Amino acid sequence: MSAATERTRDAVTDPPMSEAQSPDGPAPDLTVDSLGRRCPLPIIDLAKRIGEVPVGGTVELLADDPAAAPDVSAWCRLRGHELLATRDFPAGQAFLVRRTG
Amino acid sequence: MVKWRRPGDGERRERARQDWLGALSCGRSVDGVSAYLDHASTTPLHPAAKAALLTALDDGWADPARLYREGRRARMLLDAARETVAGVLGARADEVSFCASGTAAAHLAVLGAAAGRRRAGDLVLVSAVEHSSVLHAADQHERTGGRTRQLPVDGLGRVRLDACVPPPGTALVSVQHANHEVGTVQPVAAVAAAAHAAGVPLHTDAAMTVGRIPVDLGALGADLLTASGHKFGGPAGVGILVVRSGTRWANPMPADERELGRAAGFPNLPAAVATATALHARAAELAAERHRLGALTAELRARLPELVADVEVLGDPDPAGRLPHLVAFSCLYVAGEALLGELDRAGIAVSSGSSCTSDALTPSHVLVAMGALSHGNVRVSFGRDSSPADLADLLDVLPGAVAGIRERAGAVGL
Repeated sequence: MSAATERTRDAVTDPPMSEAQSPDGPAPDLTVDSLGRRCPLPIIDLAKRIGEVPVGGTVELLADDPAAAPDVSAWCRLRGHELLATRDFPAGQAFLVRRTG
Repeated sequence: MVKWRRPGDGERRERARQDWLGALSCGRSVDGVSAYLDHASTTPLHPAAKAALLTALDDGWADPARLYREGRRARMLLDAARETVAGVLGARADEVSFCASGTAAAHLAVLGAAAGRRRAGDLVLVSAVEHSSVLHAADQHERTGGRTRQLPVDGLGRVRLDACVPPPGTALVSVQHANHEVGTVQPVAAVAAAAHAAGVPLHTDAAMTVGRIPVDLGALGADLLTASGHKFGGPAGVGILVVRSGTRWANPMPADERELGRAAGFPNLPAAVATATALHARAAELAAERHRLGALTAELRARLPELVADVEVLGDPDPAGRLPHLVAFSCLYVAGEALLGELDRAGIAVSSGSSCTSDALTPSHVLVAMGALSHGNVRVSFGRDSSPADLADLLDVLPGAVAGIRERAGAVGL
């Protein structure tokens, strides 16, 4: 937990976390670390930064709030983005989102 | 000099009664609440129920199981209450039992039907959007060796009929009459038909519909129905359990002779009488109230997207498919807890299914099952004393409250 708390201090500016990245799939264009942040903050983090990748690019959101899974999915539906994959890792969940517009 | 006087018995009882009733009847004027819009959680005591409660406290205090005069009088009151409830719901009096709460009724219905049909099967099917009382009963069934499965719902929160065909070994199907968080009315009659085709009984939790929309057991086709007195203007502490004759049911708890062997212990007779009175009064008001409150919810549903950006109004847009008095919506990028706080400070009482408003910090299972946005969630529910002024208060305050929270969270222009 202390590691997660430490990381969240600069949640938006932290570099991508290698541990959370898929061992198989291609690396996302951007990783947003919202570990330790309560909903709706992870969704706000995602919304703020998705514009940094080109249309068709991917953002990986790391979050451990239990509401993140339903809310990332609902946000993608509302904004027309595509939730490509969801994965569990020890500190939380990773959501891979493709920017579509 | 103040002279203390010990009040007489009658006086003391009257004072306690007044205090108690005063605390119960929380209308617009009490506690500084200018707009109480959480009538789906509980609603003030109906005036007719209040009068009946006072009378029954005097006339129905004795043990209805005893044969002397006072006991017989209590028995008559209880029987009349049972007849009244049965009449409104389209049941027979001996199919109706009063118990401690709507939650206790749901527990008894689910676990009792599962126990009664143990030889037929051990699988209990419940919709994914049931009230926690039904889900907890299903959990208990599982802990004692049974199996449960959840029936999926669509984006409106409506159970998917194609998933409602009970497989062999099913003891019970339980699907609510209407959802408590988003107001979607479930296709209970169709679910009952599917269950009956497989020889399986259906329980419906009608806590949200009894006293709000017409509820007729014959039309619903349900074998077991449960409801809660305080949801429609009765006092708290009364659940209604209906077990249709011919339905296999075995009391999952130690039983006695009370309430036709379905709910043990001395019944809360005055509250049961008041509940029956509230239900009878509500039945007479139903048509007008549905129309009046339906207009308020229709206006709220229409105005929300105009007044608040990025708001998702939940549930069935078709008035025929939803409760007339309830609207739920979710505001993107808004913490439900913060929004409830802002509204509360403005004197507006609503509830929320967002995780930050729950003790467990988990989002509402209803919103998750529907795939709805779970944060920034608000449930507005109107009642008998709601007026267009309450709606106007909400529409005045809500847009600014949402905008302020988004601004403080840096969530503007996203």
